[in-house]
Amino acid sequence: MNIIITSIDYILNRARANSLWPLTFATSCCGIEMMQTVASDNDIARFGSEIFRGSPRQADLLICAGTITHKMAPALLRLYEQMPEPKYVIAMGACTCGGGMFAETSYSVVKGIDKIIPVDIYLPMCPPKPESLIDAIRKLQDDIKKESILKRKDFLDAHCSRLTEYKGMLVEEDFVVTKLGVK
Amino acid sequence: MNYLYFLYIEFLAKHNIPKIFGDITFYVIPACIIFVALILVILVLVLFERKLLGWFTQRKGPNRVGFWGVLQTLADAFKLLCKENITPIGADRAVFNLAPIIMFLPVLIALGLIPFSSEFTFMNFQTNVLIYVILATFPVLSILLAGWASNNKYSLIGGVRNVAQILAYELPISFTVLSVIVLASSMNLTQITLAQSNQYGVLGWYWFPCIIGFGLMLICTLAELNRCPFDLPEAESELIAGYNTEYSGMRFALFYLSEYGMLFANSLFISVLFLGGYLSPFGKYLSPILFSGPVGNILIYFEQAFWLFAKSFLIIFIFIWVRATLPRLASFDLLKFSWNILLPLSIVNLLLMSLLKFFVGGVYA
Repeated sequence: MNIIITSIDYILNRARANSLWPLTFATSCCGIEMMQTVASDNDIARFGSEIFRGSPRQADLLICAGTITHKMAPALLRLYEQMPEPKYVIAMGACTCGGGMFAETSYSVVKGIDKIIPVDIYLPMCPPKPESLIDAIRKLQDDIKKESILKRKDFLDAHCSRLTEYKGMLVEEDFVVTKLGVK
Repeated sequence: MNYLYFLYIEFLAKHNIPKIFGDITFYVIPACIIFVALILVILVLVLFERKLLGWFTQRKGPNRVGFWGVLQTLADAFKLLCKENITPIGADRAVFNLAPIIMFLPVLIALGLIPFSSEFTFMNFQTNVLIYVILATFPVLSILLAGWASNNKYSLIGGVRNVAQILAYELPISFTVLSVIVLASSMNLTQITLAQSNQYGVLGWYWFPCIIGFGLMLICTLAELNRCPFDLPEAESELIAGYNTEYSGMRFALFYLSEYGMLFANSLFISVLFLGGYLSPFGKYLSPILFSGPVGNILIYFEQAFWLFAKSFLIIFIFIWVRATLPRLASFDLLKFSWNILLPLSIVNLLLMSLLKFFVGGVYA
């Protein structure tokens, strides 16, 4: 029995890991680096993920490239929920990991997208170089190769979005709620 | 095909199996062969395209799965197979699920009409060409259905755009095919192939006298296949993913597969019409020279299929080249290009070919 399960896991995980189609989702400067990753010097196609799909229905990987503001957050949540299982997220850039240079002073930036959606790989830097993005994708591939269909339930529980609905401002215990422009 | 049929019936008669069983199953076996072959060819084609696009843009293309990235498409196929299938709440469920299947069927039928070698045409009707031209436009129905049933504005715009595009580009195709029919005096693809075998060798094929038609056919087929620079129905920068915006998992894979299947079928069709089909470019077949005796005589059929495949892959290479080179046309320019330039040109081409047939008939008859 274990032989069957492990061999299914082997094939399935290899297939998933090697055809991560990213969603075209770039909100700011990290997007430029993401474009560079697709271009000729740092060819992301080598890992089978050069097919950037416009529609979230066909994407496997959400590379969140750039600052997420409170206004953008509902769109991010919606896009993540529109993606079919299995789906993975790379938080690209310091802003998406924890607010980055907007963490202290800005009223409009979500301090880390992991308050909204689960994140598989954090890739800080401002912005990360194309090599780092490729490194992140390879680390994600390694993670995917360790998955098992027996642990599917845990995976799905870990990958459901953190919020069901996003109403403008994030309200959490450790999160100071601020109104627009007023501290 | 007849010869194989009699062998098969005789074999069944020996084992006391009624003839009606043979009549039915004889056409099931080639259908299975075509299906498996089609899937294999598509798997190769997708990799071919991704690799070539990589090389055209000075990249390496997929090279991590298997040796030299050979298993890349297989990985994609497995992934799409095991992905979640989503049917949107507002969608028309029945039509939404049916559309990808409708898209895939005409590809299979169209492949059955192509003469792969002189003895191997699955459906050898007298009017093969006509049936093929009708079948090649069939995917538009499924694309429109998909666009409508998805209940998504992008899908709908993509579907409607595709209808306008096919209407515009089907006429030049028909006129061009008609000019070939005039040259060959036949509507059967095997007859058209045989009509191209004369003492002029490569120059005797119809791409040479009908060079305008060949160019027209390449351009219009690009439009009919919704490929760059005519990929308006799924223009990513305008329409997310066009008609298949709401499709995920295996249903999307079916669209993907049938697109590439249609690309393959159409390139076969063009190579039969203009590049001499299964004829060898050297004038005579190589296998009887290389292998003496009965082996060489049997290998001829495989050699014919090889030449046809080689020619069709040459045309697919041109399509990918165009995709890597040209930007997308605007919607209005696309229609204007067809109605104002391609259609008059195709009519002129038909006229020229009729005159050629009338005056120089002996050479190309």
